[in-house]
Amino acid sequence: MAWNTFSTVAETVKALDDKQVSAVELATHYLDRADALQPALNAYVTLDREKTLVEAAAADAKRAAGETAPLLGVPIAHKDIYLIEGWRTTCGSKMLENFIAPYTSTVVKNMSDAGMVTLGKLNMDEFAMGSSNETSYFGPVKNPWDVSRVPGGSSGGSAASVAAGLAPASTGTDTGGSIRQPAMFCNLTGLKPTYGVCSRFGIIAFASSLDQAGPFAQTAEDCALLLTAMAGFDAHDATSLDRPKENYSRDLSRPLNGLRIGLPKEFFGEGVAPGIAKAVDDALTVYRKLGAITVEVSLPNVKYSVPAYYVVAPAEASSNLSRFDGVRYGHRAAQYSDLMDMYMRSRAEGFGAEVKRRILIGAYVLSHGYYDAYYLQAGKLRRLIAEDFKRAYEVCDVVMGPTAPETAFQFGAKSDDPVKMYLNDIFTICANLTGQPAMSHPCGVDEAGQHVGMQIIGNYLDEARMLNVAHQYQLATDWHRKHPSI
Amino acid sequence: MFSQVTALTPTLTLSRAAGEGVNTVKLHMSQWEIVIGLETHTQLTTVSKIFSGSSTAFGAAPNTQASVVDLALPGALPVMNKGAVERAVKFGLAVGATINQRSIFARKNYFYPDLPKGYQISQFETPIVSGGGLTITLDDGSSKYIELTRAHLEEDAGKSVHEQFDGASGVDLNRAGTPLLEIVTEPVMRSGKEAIAYAKTLHNLVRYLDICDGNMQDGSFRCDVNVSVRPLGQKEFGTRREIKNLNSFKFMQQAIDFEVRWQIAEIEDGRKIQQATVLFNPDTGETKAMRSKEDAMDYRYFPDPDLPPLVVSDEMLARIKASMPELPEAKCARFSSEYGLSHYDALLLSQDGAMASYFETAVKAGGDAKLVANWMLGELSAALNREDKSIEQSPVNAVRLSNLVARIVDGTINHKTAKTVFEALWSGEAASVDAVIEAKGLKQISDSGAIEKIVDEVLAKSAAQIADYKAGKEKALMSIVGMVMKASAGKANPAQANAIVKRKIDAL
Amino acid sequence: MSLTPQDIERIAHLARIRVTPADVADVQVKLDGIFKLIDEMQAVDTTGVEPMSHGLDMVLRLRDDAVTEINRRDVFLKNAPESADGYFLVPKVIE
Repeated sequence: MAWNTFSTVAETVKALDDKQVSAVELATHYLDRADALQPALNAYVTLDREKTLVEAAAADAKRAAGETAPLLGVPIAHKDIYLIEGWRTTCGSKMLENFIAPYTSTVVKNMSDAGMVTLGKLNMDEFAMGSSNETSYFGPVKNPWDVSRVPGGSSGGSAASVAAGLAPASTGTDTGGSIRQPAMFCNLTGLKPTYGVCSRFGIIAFASSLDQAGPFAQTAEDCALLLTAMAGFDAHDATSLDRPKENYSRDLSRPLNGLRIGLPKEFFGEGVAPGIAKAVDDALTVYRKLGAITVEVSLPNVKYSVPAYYVVAPAEASSNLSRFDGVRYGHRAAQYSDLMDMYMRSRAEGFGAEVKRRILIGAYVLSHGYYDAYYLQAGKLRRLIAEDFKRAYEVCDVVMGPTAPETAFQFGAKSDDPVKMYLNDIFTICANLTGQPAMSHPCGVDEAGQHVGMQIIGNYLDEARMLNVAHQYQLATDWHRKHPSI
Repeated sequence: MFSQVTALTPTLTLSRAAGEGVNTVKLHMSQWEIVIGLETHTQLTTVSKIFSGSSTAFGAAPNTQASVVDLALPGALPVMNKGAVERAVKFGLAVGATINQRSIFARKNYFYPDLPKGYQISQFETPIVSGGGLTITLDDGSSKYIELTRAHLEEDAGKSVHEQFDGASGVDLNRAGTPLLEIVTEPVMRSGKEAIAYAKTLHNLVRYLDICDGNMQDGSFRCDVNVSVRPLGQKEFGTRREIKNLNSFKFMQQAIDFEVRWQIAEIEDGRKIQQATVLFNPDTGETKAMRSKEDAMDYRYFPDPDLPPLVVSDEMLARIKASMPELPEAKCARFSSEYGLSHYDALLLSQDGAMASYFETAVKAGGDAKLVANWMLGELSAALNREDKSIEQSPVNAVRLSNLVARIVDGTINHKTAKTVFEALWSGEAASVDAVIEAKGLKQISDSGAIEKIVDEVLAKSAAQIADYKAGKEKALMSIVGMVMKASAGKANPAQANAIVKRKIDAL
Repeated sequence: MSLTPQDIERIAHLARIRVTPADVADVQVKLDGIFKLIDEMQAVDTTGVEPMSHGLDMVLRLRDDAVTEINRRDVFLKNAPESADGYFLVPKVIE
């Protein structure tokens, strides 16, 4: 098959191996598309053609010299939360508008070691706080399927870029659904691994106990290739799991006979839009045809995920974002009367409204006299939710349900009501609270033609199995091969 | 109410702090009980920082030892230094404390330019070391056990310089992330003297264990002293004020003395003590409350999500236990029992590892233990103090001192000439004891024929003294012996000279 | 639970974020809505439950005590809003 814009990573590797295309040609092609569609989609924050082409040429030289690496010459775009030495890294914030990263994150380094070529830095909700990409200081990313709609968030640029063919794959981060929800909104496959599988070193922290890096791609097969490159133990991250490297593609071809899919009744209630419920039902029918059986499970404490999350995430964020004080880097107000005023103004000017809101919530729940009622209670609920899942995995292998209760919505639909926005993450947050792996794959459209995602939540470290499940579904369906006409 | 009790109470006069007018007041010191607790920040002797691989060396150019972690760059994460954990455990074992095999790092959140993350990583609810204590010995020879509350690991902050720039302060983060063990006592000290004795004992111990270099000038060992007073017999503690960052024992003594008097004066004047953090000004000898913080400190502690629980494994604990040196207290007891030293001498020789090892080296080389102790605590200490040298830098090493003592014991030299030998060794005039004795002709005259000859010469010129002695003046004998010694240039064996003189006079 | 304007001022100060008097009301309304959501979790009796923060049981790894970092001050200072003589500069701190 000839290489084209929407070739998968696996196909692109083959095209490079077959010398159908060079790394420089690939990079040039995607950079041209990125430039052309930047006004319409606003997917990138920073492109640096020169840097990218140097990397691509180096990859071609390596290939010519007979050197190998699993993904040598394949382009990838990174969410602008990953530090890459010499690249501006903004985290979608005015605070870091002019910040040039002096070191490279482990995940990006791992992907470079696997031969991947950096295309650019992708737009995102400011400090990864948002579900619609409307909080970015650099303006919202548009959904390439319908530019009046949001691409999801916080990794909106990561989703839009791959969906629109501005990159064959991208990285994102997921603290409460920031990979899975935009993957659904843009008809992509996205995976949040088990907490600790990907190093957090060099990724700007939002909520340290919830953040995980993960890939966006068109297929589960690509996600397996990408995760194999990204993941691995890192001594620079005390929460990195010290375990041997895994090949996440190893189980892709395993048949689904006897796979037990747990369906939590809490994921199929009234909150789910009818179009989504129908698409998910249809997908489950496919799974049954593939040999899987479905069992009902109950996760009674999952309904407290959102409240618990909105304690844990802001608490950790309020502390993590204290380093943005205008002293060593980042925005400093032009006018101030003294040190205190410098802090107060620099942070008020450098952060957007949603970030400030979350910092304030965090400061409040941690402040004297409130810790037990909030942070400690949320920590206990995390345990209860994890125990719910533990019980469920006694009778099933994976848990499935819709990725989000609604499909991509119009710009402005929720931006004035934080709570409405937060509830969009109602099904994704639990996996961050427990640290389990979770992914979303395309499984249809609703009445409005908007894309629906199936969420698969796996047991700890079951990524290879989940990717196998999604891959088998994708062999039987073609939702994931649909592309926007842009 | 206590200010009315006057008659039999000793009083003390002092000038009140400047700025309040020089106002002479009489205090009733004996009516008050002083309550003191200490928090000591000891910088641990690791070569790298607690959460990064930056050097901890002192004195580098600003910000040259500050990595992405120490600067709190976005995305940087802390990684725990094993050396810091080992030192904390070593301390805990030395003070008989509980080692908490599972402890938690927390974030203490506040903004300050020298605190790059906007929080300090410290241990809050679960420190690595709980309890334990230290025995202190006071000048009068009495001792007291000082209970410790806890010791916890944390990171140091950076430094700000305020003089170098016009209208600005400079921030240097070289010190940020240096490992600290904060050692906290119960409020069990009852005088400045006890507090100083505790601080000195702790200072000796951490150096002895080699976990802290103890350099107070460079800030490696800094004490915060909590002081309160209460009427004698009252159970409840008074309100305390915390004297911050004392970096010399002398200042600590002055600061406590001033603070105690100030607090008593305040209360006796009918005012209440407000809880406060105070600084000691060495120039004025006074303590002064820091400008009150604009907001009551609310540190919003919570467990650091970047750092899973710190677990001290059984294996690590066993390994450190096995490597523990003999502790000063045990060593002191052993010096008394094994070498027959007085408790006081044993204590002095056992507090410092280098002293103790010098002593034992000298004794093992054959020196008489009590004489070695006397020489170390006498001539040697005096010479070291005079030249501000540590015992490791002593020009007279343990083996030479041992040889010197051996020559006294075997009668080659006497105590007086031994001092001459010591000085020659100290100044480097000669390399061995025997060489000095030889070169200076200091060998004691123990040949009775030679001594008798000198005695005869002296007696021939001492008719008056002989008469005095015969008349019952014992002292006259000593004077004659003295003349004999002088005539022998100090070399005559004093005991022999004494015996010969007595025998000869008695025979006259 | 609802927050007072004093609460907003207190936490804004703790967090070093200037909130103008004009903004206090809007912040208050939004935070109240969020806390209404958060407070749903107060309904759960969690007596005796051990709090959890990371999914898999993790133990702190210990790194050997060795200097592994080199001086990169010049690179780091490039991002500084204000610096001189190797120092980061801030408005004069009055002690």
